[in-house]
Amino acid sequence: MEFFRSHVLICGGTGCHSSGSADVMETFKAELAKNNLENEVKLVQTGCFGLCAVGPVVIVYPEGAFYSRVSVEDVSRIVSEHLLKGRIVTDLLYHDSIHEDEAIKSLNEVDFYKKQKRLALRNCGVIDPENIDEYIAFDGYKALGKVLLEMTPEETIDIIKASGLRGRGGAGFPTGVKWEFTAKAEGDKKYVCCNADEGDPGAFMDRSVLEGDPHSVLEAMAIAGYAIGADQGYIYVRAEYPIAVKRLTIAIGQAREAGLLGKNIFGTDFSFDLELRLGAGAFVCGEETALMASIEGRRGEPRPRPPFPAVKGLFGKPTLLNNVETYANIPQIILNGPEWFQTIGTEKSKGTKVFALGGKINNTGLVEVPMGTTLREIIYEIGGGIPNGKEFKAAQTGGPSGGCIPARHLDTPIDYDSLTKIGSMMGSGGLIVMDEDNCMVDIARFFLDFTVDESCGKCPPCRIGTKRMLEILDRITKGQGKEGDIEKLEELGKNIKASALCGLGQTAPNPVLSTIQYFRDEYEAHIRDKKCPAGICQALLQITIQAELCRGCGLCVKACPVDAISGERKSAHTIDQSKCIKCGACMEKCPFKAIVKG
Amino acid sequence: MKSLKELEEIKQRTLDSVNLRKERTGGTRVVVGMATCGIAAGARPVLLAFLEEVKKRNLGDVTVSQTGCIGVCRLEPMVEVTRPGEEKVTYVKMTADKVKRVVAEHIVNGHVVTEYTIGAAE
Ligand SMILES: Cc1cc2nc3c(=O)[nH]c(=O)nc-3n(C[C@H](O)[C@H](O)[C@H](O)COP(=O)(O)O)c2cc1C
Repeated sequence: MEFFRSHVLICGGTGCHSSGSADVMETFKAELAKNNLENEVKLVQTGCFGLCAVGPVVIVYPEGAFYSRVSVEDVSRIVSEHLLKGRIVTDLLYHDSIHEDEAIKSLNEVDFYKKQKRLALRNCGVIDPENIDEYIAFDGYKALGKVLLEMTPEETIDIIKASGLRGRGGAGFPTGVKWEFTAKAEGDKKYVCCNADEGDPGAFMDRSVLEGDPHSVLEAMAIAGYAIGADQGYIYVRAEYPIAVKRLTIAIGQAREAGLLGKNIFGTDFSFDLELRLGAGAFVCGEETALMASIEGRRGEPRPRPPFPAVKGLFGKPTLLNNVETYANIPQIILNGPEWFQTIGTEKSKGTKVFALGGKINNTGLVEVPMGTTLREIIYEIGGGIPNGKEFKAAQTGGPSGGCIPARHLDTPIDYDSLTKIGSMMGSGGLIVMDEDNCMVDIARFFLDFTVDESCGKCPPCRIGTKRMLEILDRITKGQGKEGDIEKLEELGKNIKASALCGLGQTAPNPVLSTIQYFRDEYEAHIRDKKCPAGICQALLQITIQAELCRGCGLCVKACPVDAISGERKSAHTIDQSKCIKCGACMEKCPFKAIVKG
Repeated sequence: MKSLKELEEIKQRTLDSVNLRKERTGGTRVVVGMATCGIAAGARPVLLAFLEEVKKRNLGDVTVSQTGCIGVCRLEPMVEVTRPGEEKVTYVKMTADKVKRVVAEHIVNGHVVTEYTIGAAE
């Protein structure tokens, strides 16, 4: 038996990777060797722990010591103090991971984790994603075995249907029903596909699952293959996710070697294999028909539905497409039963949802909560609130297809239906928090700019309509808005939603419409008063010196790069607005806070 | 993969090596004093001997960890052994040979090796 007295888990997700976890790993290796500890202490590179804001994250077991922001320089201390002498390096621990008496909290006592429930992420940050045996040790591939040896395809579908699981890719379609449609469709050949395109700006849920627990997706796809009668699957993953691609490639190789992919799995006559297809990063390729066109090697453009992919999908054959997170839930539903899954979540939205928390929030990172958790709990309890004591203004869910949620809806329990009701949507799980310094018109413009860029151009409502909306928003943010602009945006938005070919165009106006719904006064301030209340839209800002506070010290004159400030020494200065480029350099320099933007 | 049994074997084989990462509930805890005094008195070979024995005997639910100075430096290397639901036992002046007996008699069979304990030394 292999026995290590201590395990050092180093997060190797993209977040921690970019804050330097690979170097930390190398340094640990070297330091352990230097101290002759290689045979006592095991190093494991895992997937995401979720707390990306304080990465690189390192957890040392058996103590469960949670080190955050670990630098290469810190490693030798952790090795010589903690791993050699057993003295935990308290000052390097994550601030919320110890009690007042410096005893270590267990992870579910830490605020960030307390309200979370990790189902899709259950193995992320726990196992080595490049080692299939560790996945198996946590009951991996047992659900596949159970399905193949003890259940019929129909029984399998019934379990998924009974669980109430709905698609995590955005639309929330009941997964079991989709499986049933595809199973019942006529076809000599069928396919199972996984949507790992994850194109929403700010979303990284699916990437984290693939990086931290790739086998859970492979296992679920094989189960789906058995259920619908397919022997071939494709995972469509964006090429911008190199770590996910690497771990998937390794996982597929190991699963084939272990006979968990390939011919006659578990000695049955069921055979199933998987291939990766790399997407080039077009948002529209996340749409199901465009995705399949892209897998076939054609241009990634959507087509009208019906026929739905369940009837006529990849290569014209019945095809099942699910999202990464949807799949990650499947093995556990099989093992624990649909009743268990039913107990989590709300009446019509069962289970959990993973959110990528970003924007103005202290704990940027990945969280998984039961459906029905409120936005307030996510932002203030798990997310640690908004930095610098600023005021919450809105949260954007669903990315460029979704809408914003204002403060008055903070206590809405989050599920598919409640979010739609308040003008947003669940989307795939991006959650961007905005504070008082965000301009809602500018946010709407940002998302529309994205969709205009990403529109494939096939249908005119999306190609031309969103472009016209963007032009109007551009004008408004530049101080050239006119009376009637808001109404025109609303009319265009409504028409585009009703007439675009695919989900991209059908949802593109949402960020504009929902910001108009909740923050119409901000639009009006831009249009009528030529003012940006949040102080973001450069063209609408003026930087001025308040004469009564100015002492005439002249520091601002020196700071101004365009010589726009003048005045006598020891008397109030003024800014020549025709020269000012609004860089704000003078504001930073003024010792009397006499210069304001607004 | 031909059967669930085969899968179960991989699971059992790997479980011992990942158990450490779960929340600890039961299991015997071995803590070796590894402050400067302990190390000077030879705590490292004692720690390694514990690891060796645990490995040899496949004792998956034992954790071996270290701590700082246990307090009585002249009696180092000191080791605390706590079996689930039992009082902590402190062994003193440990050596690699003594470890073998502690593992066999106390950890595996539940009989404290009284002559090595701090009570006997005092
Ligand atoms: C423009 C557009 C982009 C999409 N991008 C994604 C994506 O990145 N990932 C995803 O899973 N679904 C995406 N979808 C939704 C898919 O079309 C599809 O509904 C989903 O993959 C089905 O899986 P599910 O039922 O498991 O949610 C997108 C849809 C549209 C219209």
